[in-house]
Order: sequence, then structure tokens, then C-alpha cells
Amino acid sequence: MAPDDDPHADHLTHYLCIGCPLGCRLEVEEDDHGDVLEVRGFDCKKGKEYGRQEHTEPKRMVTTTVAVRGGLHARVPVKTREAVPKPLVREVCRALGTVELTAPVAIGTLVMGDVLGTGVDIIVTRDMPEGAPTRAAQRG
Amino acid sequence: MITGKPRHLEKTYDVTVVGGGPAGMAAALGAREAGAEKILIIDREETAGGILWQCIHNGFGLHHFKEELTGPEYAQRYLEQVLEHEIDVITDTYVADMDAGRHVKIMSGSQGIHVLDSKSVVLAMGARERTRGAIRIPGTRPAGVLTAGLAQKFVNMAGYLPGKRVVILGSGDIGLIMARRLVLEGVEVLGVFEIMPHVNGLNRNVVQCLHDFDIPLHLSTTVAEIHGRDRVEKVTVAPVDEALRPIMDKAWDIPCDTLLLSIGLIPENELSQRINLRLDPVTTGPVVTSTMETSADGVFACGNVVHIHDLVDFVSQESDLAGQCAGEYVTGRRRPADNIRLVPGDNVAYCVPHTISSDREHTIYLRVRRNEGKCAIKFGDAYQRKLRYVFPAEMVTVTMRPRFLENFHGDSLRVDVVPR
Repeated sequence: MAPDDDPHADHLTHYLCIGCPLGCRLEVEEDDHGDVLEVRGFDCKKGKEYGRQEHTEPKRMVTTTVAVRGGLHARVPVKTREAVPKPLVREVCRALGTVELTAPVAIGTLVMGDVLGTGVDIIVTRDMPEGAPTRAAQRG
Repeated sequence: MITGKPRHLEKTYDVTVVGGGPAGMAAALGAREAGAEKILIIDREETAGGILWQCIHNGFGLHHFKEELTGPEYAQRYLEQVLEHEIDVITDTYVADMDAGRHVKIMSGSQGIHVLDSKSVVLAMGARERTRGAIRIPGTRPAGVLTAGLAQKFVNMAGYLPGKRVVILGSGDIGLIMARRLVLEGVEVLGVFEIMPHVNGLNRNVVQCLHDFDIPLHLSTTVAEIHGRDRVEKVTVAPVDEALRPIMDKAWDIPCDTLLLSIGLIPENELSQRINLRLDPVTTGPVVTSTMETSADGVFACGNVVHIHDLVDFVSQESDLAGQCAGEYVTGRRRPADNIRLVPGDNVAYCVPHTISSDREHTIYLRVRRNEGKCAIKFGDAYQRKLRYVFPAEMVTVTMRPRFLENFHGDSLRVDVVPR
């Protein structure tokens, strides 16, 4: 049966499981209220849980960088302390686009609290000692 | 606060570690634990830590630290331990030469040229990326063709974007991760092209780096030509036939200003060749014993210089062992010599270490040549273990215990991965 003819097609979503290299093709079926009825296609427990989570509330860790003045490097890496809702990933990065820290910066330093009202903090993921700007940064 | 400043330098060392990446740092700590006193790490960058500083994404440390860290966090944890254990670290410094007597010639702007005597040396130089020359892409030679890892360093550390419209060739993890990274920095990523019929990177990266951002992935497709005089102007991409030759009738052009290459890593073994170490033609790294000792007395090797790892956690584990054994070497202790050679058989590309001893437990790392579903890994008739699947992109690790070899009396064990 072609997908277009399937009366349940609207209720089916497909995912690629990320639990291991097997990459099971998961199929999540929901009822008329949008609740998960069944997860199919998994080969282990991990896949079943992943399919449900990914369908109902996908979340992602965000890792990016912010500018740092007077540091050994021009950028310092940062991350969300916990995963944030997937649709907010780009916005989190945009919100950090205007941030500039000044070296020295210690690992764990709070860059932004409660980003976009998610309740999740953004923190620095390495020490950035003071340093001579690199040749490239001098040109810039 | 970690610093980029070099510490003081002695004339003689017990253990000299060449390379301060994850392998070198773990080896130095292993040597300290085994009782070596004067230990030096030499690194060519401004801070030890290696490639991890630019790998700002998470997913590191799940095996080793039992928590999920970013690359910089993993590097910093190790570097803090290195400094706490008073291991000398000299940065911005190259090892220019070395001889089999373990005289190590170093060179740097701040220190000049010195020759250090070392009772033992650990080679931990890591790997470098394959470049355009390795796969001979036809066309002009404009600016804008660079490896994915170099672009990663530009973006994540120096704050530069490599271009505005980017095509990525190769589906290794670094390429997939850079696809997402560039999109988040406002760059247009026009697609990832992979000559093989399967992705080289982890599914996790396919989903979270490509699917999440609607970046097209073209399998069995390659870049057939690069165009542009001063700067890349476009690339010609084409599907490939079974012999991996581009089918030019079906080719199409993509206007772009940058081509990133994520086409594999090469262990950096120039120094190994200088001292005529025995190398494995498959890994291109040194042949090592179960104590990670190379064919030169007192010279050990670990990490990507020996074979390419997919997880840093395994690099740390292997390198800790190499460092421990280097530390034992300089304090006059040796483990019983190896008595069994491992011989790669069906669907096994290589095994590390190359030899083992039947008197103690070993972790054996190996890589298969092709995908296989339910299968078994067999060590001759001595031992076999069932596996749910194997993929060339995922290293297989096996724990070999003395009791498995109780009834084995030969001197070589053939290793096969066979369907079941």
C-alpha cells in the first residue's frame, strides 16, 4: 500500500534511532489526540524509549562559542548545562551572538542564566587564560 | 587556571612524551602512577590538549568519566591532572629529530634547540587529516578547499568562517559536525556528499547534525571537479558506479565558495620512520606489543599514531597502559614477554596490540573490513564471542583473559569475524 492510501499515514512519523550503529528505522504511531499509541521497528529497549522521547519532546544540548577579549584565542566554547527543546537550538545560538567575555575566563563561568526562559544556563567549557592575540586576530 | 606558558626544562628525563593531546596526557599520568619521576610532555600548540579544544560538541567521556562532556571539558580535566602531578609541559615546541638511543631534539621560538636524553619515550603524535591530494580531485587549485578539522579550528577557536556557501565531501563525524556548526553560524551548507553507499559517521550525527537542519546527504556521490581561479566558484558533483567512478552524464554543478573535506585521518609517523620503527601496513602506525612498546627498545606508542580511534575514551585507556609500561621500564620492571602473535583473518583489517601474553588480561582493539549482522569473533579455536553487529566505522574491543588460553599452546592466533 502506498503511503498516500494509508488511512493512518497522518498518525505515523519515522525516526532514525541513534542508540547504536544499527540505526533502526523507528515508526511512531499516535492517536487522534496526538498521544503516542505505539513505537515500532526497534531492536532493543533503547530504541523504544528514544522513539517516544523524540516524538513527544525532542531535546538537544547546544554547544557553540562566544567572543572573548584579550584571551589566548578569539572564541571560548560554551554549552547549555542541560538539553533544551529542539526548536530553540538556533535561537539559543542567536542569543549568544552578541555576548563578549573578557579574559581570563574560568571553566564553568555562567554566560547567560535561564536562556530564553527554558530554565537552562549557558556555561563556559574551558579556562581561557589571557594571551597575546593570534596573528589572525591582529589582522582582523 | 590552566596556562599556555611553558614550564622549566631539564636536560634528562625518565619519560618524554611526544604530543600533548589526549594520548600524551594519559600516557604521562600513567607513567607517573607507575613511579617514573621526571616526565616531560612536548606539544607544538600553545596549550597541551590537542584536537579536543576545537571539538566543542559533547559526547566525550561516557566510558571514561561516566558522564557526557564536551571536548574542551575532557581536555581540561586531563590537563589539570597533568599539572597537579607536576609533569613538565613544554608547548610551542616541535620534536625536530630523534634517534634510537632516545636522544630527542626539540626546537621552539622560546627555548631554541635542545637535545634531551630520555630513558624512555612515548610517541603520541596523533593523526592529521587527509587532504585533496590524497584523493586527487580534478580541477583548478583555488582558495576555499580545506579540511573539515581545519575549518573547525578557524570557526571554534579563531572566530573565522571559511566561507558563505559550503559543500562538504565525506561523511566522517568531523564533516557532519561541521555541517551543523556552520549552519548555526549562519553559513549555507549545500549538502554532504559521500562516495560510499553508507555514511561514515555515527547515526547520532546524521540525525542531530543533518536531519535537524535539513541538510541534504547524497550517498554514492562524489565531487568530480573543482572550478574557480582565485576562489572556489562551483563544484561538479556526480553519482558513482560500482567501481566508484563518477558517472559524468548524470553530473551537476553546485555554485559555492568553499569545499570542506572530511575524508579520513592518517597517523603522523614521520618520527617513527626516522628511528626505523616496524610499521603495520594497514594501520600505518607502529607495530606494538601488549605493553604498547614498539620495535625500538624503550620506545612506546599510543593513541591515533598507532591506529585511528573513534572514541577519545579508548585513546585514554590505551595510552594509560602505554604510560604505565614506560614508567615500569624506567624503574626496571618488565611484564613477562608476549608469546602469542595475533594474525588478522576473515573480515579483520587489523588488531592492536599485535602480540599478547597468555599470562594476563588484555584489551584487544580491532577493526572489521565490512558490515556484518549477527556474527562471532573467533580467536582460533581458543575463544569466541558473539556480536550483534560489526561496522568498519566502529572499533571492536575484546577482553582476552588468561583462562581463555589455558589449552592453547601455539605461538600465533588467527582472528576472524564470521557470520553466525
